[in-house]
Amino acid sequence: MSSPGATPPRSTARPAASSWRAFWALCERDFWVAFRRQLGGFLAQTLLQPVFYLFIFGRVLPEIGAAGQSYGTQLLPGVIALTLFFTALQNTALPLVIEFSFTKEIEDRLLAPLPAWAVGVQKIIVAAVRGIVGAIIILPLAALILPGGVEFNDISWPGFLGVMLIGPLAGAAVGLVLGTAVDARQINVVFAVVLTPLLFTGATFYPWAALDSLKWFQVVTLINPLTYVSEGLRAAVTTGSHLGNGWIALGLIGWTIVFGAIGVRGFERRAVD
Amino acid sequence: MAPIIDVADLHKTYAGAKSEAVAGVSFGVEEGEVFGLLGPNGAGKTTTIGTLTTRVRPSSGRVVVDGIDVVADPVAAKRVIAVVPQRPNLDRSLNALENLTFHGAYFGFSRRDRRRRADELLAQLGLEGRGDDRVDNYSGGMAQRLIIARALMHDPRVLFLDEPTTGLDPQSRLFLWDQMEALKARGVTLLLTTHDMAEADRLCDRIAIVDHGKVIASDTPRGLRRVLPDAEGLELRLASASDPSSALAALGSVSAEGDGEDEWKVRIYGSDVAPGAAIAAAEAGGARLVDLRRIEGTLEDVFVHLTGRDLR
Repeated sequence: MSSPGATPPRSTARPAASSWRAFWALCERDFWVAFRRQLGGFLAQTLLQPVFYLFIFGRVLPEIGAAGQSYGTQLLPGVIALTLFFTALQNTALPLVIEFSFTKEIEDRLLAPLPAWAVGVQKIIVAAVRGIVGAIIILPLAALILPGGVEFNDISWPGFLGVMLIGPLAGAAVGLVLGTAVDARQINVVFAVVLTPLLFTGATFYPWAALDSLKWFQVVTLINPLTYVSEGLRAAVTTGSHLGNGWIALGLIGWTIVFGAIGVRGFERRAVD
Repeated sequence: MAPIIDVADLHKTYAGAKSEAVAGVSFGVEEGEVFGLLGPNGAGKTTTIGTLTTRVRPSSGRVVVDGIDVVADPVAAKRVIAVVPQRPNLDRSLNALENLTFHGAYFGFSRRDRRRRADELLAQLGLEGRGDDRVDNYSGGMAQRLIIARALMHDPRVLFLDEPTTGLDPQSRLFLWDQMEALKARGVTLLLTTHDMAEADRLCDRIAIVDHGKVIASDTPRGLRRVLPDAEGLELRLASASDPSSALAALGSVSAEGDGEDEWKVRIYGSDVAPGAAIAAAEAGGARLVDLRRIEGTLEDVFVHLTGRDLR
């Protein structure tokens, strides 16, 4: 051990630490962990579920005659949406619950020179990027798994890119609400109770328009932000019928703002007593 | 010169709480001082530190660090402070070195500067060569040293330490004491909370004793020791069927405490109580001596005197 008197000289001038720089450094830390330290974990967590959906619903069911041959085409936008949305949601909610309650890791970041709410926003941004990366990786896998491959007819690029950007933000915003509102002891229960309905009412496995004959359920799905992600991608990459573009935009942006605002407020409340 | 930490009439009631966690705390810390906050569990120490470190919003009162109003401008305050928390909060997804370099990055240090500072601090805190270790594999003492290294990464002017040596082995504790003294020598202001009276006595220039959300005494360690009715005296353990204090009252101010089984602990305060006279007086009163020791005023005595013996 060196002598205790050997403190480093105060040679390095304290840099004028800007909040933007701190924000970016927090993102760097998260990307470093996700893509360098825990890449395997990230890929498994992100891809396993959508790959199984694609395989079972897109390949196995048509193969055994339990679903039409073209079901895969309907399914793919939904599975991409699900990857975008849930990757972002889980990567916001779970780490927050753990870091606030058990590891207290969040404390060091809350002491970084930026406003507390910005640390919450940063969580949303990073989780959204993870969702986008996951969705991009799903595409070539889908091409391998689905019998018809991936064939986007009439792709509308602005719509596709818009949903790819905003969809995961909506998921991360919902995740921020869950991650800050839920007590750590109840996280298992809440995840089961919230995630399963979100998953199955999000127009992922069926086009929204096809629910005409099940009107009440069609209305229920409109509460789920995931519906707008699924329908948005369906609108962008297929020629089938879908929810109107204006409604999709409104649902996506509206829910993102609503959940984002509640989540950031909740985060501030957890961060500053 | 204005104090570097200035807390004035601080109140805090947590949402849903019935009583105030902090009920009017005021104190000032001069630059370069080591200031100790002492108090039983739940006295309001951690809440007070929380308001100074931007993590707790005061219900009322003023909290200023280095001329910055912490409530009005928390971001500016965070640039000049650092915190060593009560419970380890290292980033377990990162190795030890990365814990330091990313912390440096949050504060805007260039890649080269943060690497250099991290290496220096690892060496300074006796963690040389352990930078690539996972922090999960660190012992309690090593983790605490790494947390201190992390706190020093951005060269804070004020360092807050919340029970920094609780649960550490004596070697780690001595090492951290040396570190804190070195920091003080460098002009860093330290505010620490502790239950360890020896620690407070050794390190602190001044101490505030906090109880029930209020500062009940504030002075230098020496000044505080004088708070006791009499800092010195004798303590006798006596076997006696009845309270023996009346037989000893002539020798000085006496306090007696029975254990309910005919054994009494009697304290006679005063600097010139003769042990022989005390034994003689006790035996004359029908008591039998079990044990005798000299008491000197310690911070612990002062602490217990001021805050009582009740468990919190």
